[in-house]
Amino acid sequence: MSVSTCPSEPSNAVAPASGLDELDRAIVLATQAGLPLVPDPWGTVGKPLGLAGNEVLARMRRMQASGVIRRIAAVPNHYRLGYVANGMSVWDVDDAHIERLGREVAAIPGVSHCYRRPRHLPEWPYNLFVMLHGKNQAEVERQAEALRERLGEACRDHRILYSSRILKKTGLRLARRPGPPR
Amino acid sequence: MSARRHWPEPAELDAVDRGIVNRLQNGLPLVESPYAAVAAELSLSEGELLYRLERLLEAGVLSRFGPMYHAERLGGGLTLAALEVPEADFERITALVNAFPEVAHNYRREHRLNMWFVLATETPERIGEVIAAIEAATGLAVFNMPKQEEFHVRLHLPV
Repeated sequence: MSVSTCPSEPSNAVAPASGLDELDRAIVLATQAGLPLVPDPWGTVGKPLGLAGNEVLARMRRMQASGVIRRIAAVPNHYRLGYVANGMSVWDVDDAHIERLGREVAAIPGVSHCYRRPRHLPEWPYNLFVMLHGKNQAEVERQAEALRERLGEACRDHRILYSSRILKKTGLRLARRPGPPR
Repeated sequence: MSARRHWPEPAELDAVDRGIVNRLQNGLPLVESPYAAVAAELSLSEGELLYRLERLLEAGVLSRFGPMYHAERLGGGLTLAALEVPEADFERITALVNAFPEVAHNYRREHRLNMWFVLATETPERIGEVIAAIEAATGLAVFNMPKQEEFHVRLHLPV
């Protein structure tokens, strides 16, 4: 299942929970920091939970099919791979056309994340966020130029905000063990 | 770009490492012995793949290897937020913001809004509470920019 076909959803929607039960949540907890690097990762995850490896695998397949798991993958450190120019490009796109244009822009090679987000006028007029990654800023500028051409008249203004420092990167911790809220 | 680099140096990768990084950004197959399956695709032994993967993680070439969960579908809250931080106060505000466990990533970006962070919470309702707490702690207004529509999410950085 391709994530790009996910239906849109308001960010504050109460999750459909996708039919997750306690054991699914225990698997999420056990794997949110990473999947064990052993020949039988499913069995290793299942052991402390009292689950057989094939049961863990079946549950992970279900979670991937329902979109709870986007995929099981390597998350690269952009900078260590030589992608030192990481720009958050932001675009002020006509609301009447953003649906169609957002989808078109998302299909441009090199685009990793593409979202519609709210404006905060007057300080922040931009409503389309597109992450661009390159080996240098010139490469990112070229990607942005391709986007600008695609957006055409519907785009009033844009900026590229380069990251100049990673202040924190712990990754998402989506579930915690039961206990008092912190 | 400033003379002082705040990010890690590019790593030296050989052809095998590059093959692993490229292949595993696309996802591990959900099969009984997934590493053996990927190793076979790359003409490696399973042991070699696991050894190299561990090294790539230790060296920080990969920041993580594992399931990428969809926060909202797990019932959690997720948002992107920004602050306009006075330059003289940047280090102090960084420490205050990073102290919140809900802050998953935080980047400095070159704009008037110079601090951009992702909040991940166990419930959607918690987002508002954490934003209020960050405003109270920093004395700054948080610009909350939750996604309204997701057109594409697929990071792939070929090496």
